[in-house]
Amino acid sequence: MNKTLLIFRHEFRHALKRKGFIIMTLIVPVLALLAIGTFQLVSAIIEPAEVETTTIGYVDEVGGFSQYTAQGHIELVRYDTPDEATKALINGDVSEYFIISPDYTSTGVIDHYTLEKQPETPAPTVDAIKRFLTSNLLAGKVPQDTVNLIEAPLNMVVTRLTATGEVATEQGGWGNVIVPGIFSFLLAFSVLFSASYMLSGLVGEKENRLIEVLLSSVSTRQLITGKVLGLGAAGLIQVAVWLVSFPLLLNLASSTFGGFFDAIQLPGNFIILGLVYFILGYLFFVVVSAGIGAISTNTQEGQQLLMTLTMPVFIPFWFGSFLFIFPNNPIWVVLSLFPVTAPVTTMLRLGVSDVPVWQVVVSIVVLALSIIGALLVVIRVFRIYLLMYGKRPSWGEIIRNLRSE
Amino acid sequence: MQAVEVSHVVKSFTDKVAVNDLSFSVAQGELFGLIGPNGAGKTTTIRMMMDIIKPDSGEVTIFGEKLGEAIKNKLGYLPEERGLYKKLRVLESIIYLASLKGMDRHSAEEKANGLLNRTGMLDSQKKKIEELSKGMGQIIQFIVTIIHDPQLVILDEPFAGLDPVNTELLKGMVAELRNQGKAVILSTHQMNQVEELCDRILMVNNGRAVLYGDLAEIKSRYKGNSVFIDYEGELGEIPGVIERRTLKGYVELTLDDKTTPKEVLAYLVNHNVDINRFEAATPSLNEIFLKEAGKKS
Repeated sequence: MNKTLLIFRHEFRHALKRKGFIIMTLIVPVLALLAIGTFQLVSAIIEPAEVETTTIGYVDEVGGFSQYTAQGHIELVRYDTPDEATKALINGDVSEYFIISPDYTSTGVIDHYTLEKQPETPAPTVDAIKRFLTSNLLAGKVPQDTVNLIEAPLNMVVTRLTATGEVATEQGGWGNVIVPGIFSFLLAFSVLFSASYMLSGLVGEKENRLIEVLLSSVSTRQLITGKVLGLGAAGLIQVAVWLVSFPLLLNLASSTFGGFFDAIQLPGNFIILGLVYFILGYLFFVVVSAGIGAISTNTQEGQQLLMTLTMPVFIPFWFGSFLFIFPNNPIWVVLSLFPVTAPVTTMLRLGVSDVPVWQVVVSIVVLALSIIGALLVVIRVFRIYLLMYGKRPSWGEIIRNLRSE
Repeated sequence: MQAVEVSHVVKSFTDKVAVNDLSFSVAQGELFGLIGPNGAGKTTTIRMMMDIIKPDSGEVTIFGEKLGEAIKNKLGYLPEERGLYKKLRVLESIIYLASLKGMDRHSAEEKANGLLNRTGMLDSQKKKIEELSKGMGQIIQFIVTIIHDPQLVILDEPFAGLDPVNTELLKGMVAELRNQGKAVILSTHQMNQVEELCDRILMVNNGRAVLYGDLAEIKSRYKGNSVFIDYEGELGEIPGVIERRTLKGYVELTLDDKTTPKEVLAYLVNHNVDINRFEAATPSLNEIFLKEAGKKS
């Protein structure tokens, strides 16, 4: 059998047996199932709690604000004077009170009194007061239906059209972002774990000199290629498990939780692009970590170096909130094309906005070429530094040696 | 055709010249000793032979060819510091590394069991490497080195850390390899092993060849002009002896340039001295090694 294939098979099997790999692969489906199961269990056991009615006092100095005092769970009680209202507040009869001063209709100002230190009055209270005031102001002047319309929040149904004016298959919204967000986060971690596994494996083989036995049997190219592909295939298994479990879990979740989960949808081409970016990202970092393994003298030193070089993977997450606000900023294009950040950035962008086809194509091509280039460099670096134990070469030295080799 | 032909090989690292214009050859069916003090360049030389590192200049050929993929299957290499996959089981380790030498799984397993049986380690075949003692690990590594029936076997300090029983076992197996017509290179600084096993040697120091050739011939070259005698009675004055040293249980006589040990023996016999032991003093390889290593360093 081809020796690259033998190494591939060996590394693949061992990657699959690794505890970290198994945990990482199963954590998504298992955690999600646990969450759904717990939700079902808890909702079966616990009766929905009764919401307490809150009483809010008010002093009507304008007159006429006497109807609509029941606003959902909030009950409004009228007091004749501010003193009475203050007394009720101190006695705990009301949680707070407000005064509709005589000039309210011209200024619109309401004075609100409370014992609580709050950064802002809670939205339900504000809504209840607002509805109470509006309803009383409009009572008898406009039909009740109009009052209801004025008070209801804006109910807007958004439909995205394609350039030809048809309803687009892929609609926007938060539901689109969830899966790519989780997926790219997992991608980043999985890639880093595997890169770290590659590194410790290689440095281990270096430290115990097994590498010499291996290299007396196979070439550096066969060794590195076999290892990279072996880990890559293990990564493929991992992502396949996730990608298959996403739609199943979503179905299960929306039938359990309903509402929000119904809105979750996978962006078009997500599964295919997710697979492509995962594999390419995986290969890229595994190759890079093989290079780091070649120049590191021990695992600890290698891990530090790997951390420094792989930190940029998380850049898209650090600035994730900007992605929602400025999805079309050119910086996202740059990050999508730069091989280190490409997989995570593109996955996130797929959920937030449309990514032009050319950007996806260029990003994939750049990533693929980077893998091949990195592999060639790593094979040379490996050959030069493999047997230099004890001292890590400087970057200048590495570049000089690469030129002269 | 020589098994190994190293000609004018030079290898420098950033701070030193590890191997400096080294040339030697190893024939098939020969047990060849590569000796020298620590840091002399032995391991670097071996790594160049194995194509793990490339020489700066000079050439290495194995069985008449530059080392390529096909030839790697004919090589067996036991590196100085041993290592195997700690979590892997003994039999699996052997089979995997044998498969990288071109063996199929079935014959690798069959051969591995034979060798494990021979080394008394058949019971350990299911154990993980990390459960083995250092000596047992070393035996496994030796099995990995020879399992694919290599035509050239390179052993870097094979006996280091082994108990006397396992040392004898391994020595027997090494001698057997030579008897099967394989070229064996034994790199070590344990001189007694080299004296016992090797036909020819190369002694390197500071990256250069210091001694190279037939072991017996080298030893006779270093033979000093003195004899050891263990005797009964009186020696008296012996012609040609310029110095007499009494050592524990015997006497060392240093002869002048014109006198041979044979003449001294004839003189003693003629003078009725009872001789228990008479030996022309040949230095041990260790002494030659110390002398040469000390001279150059």
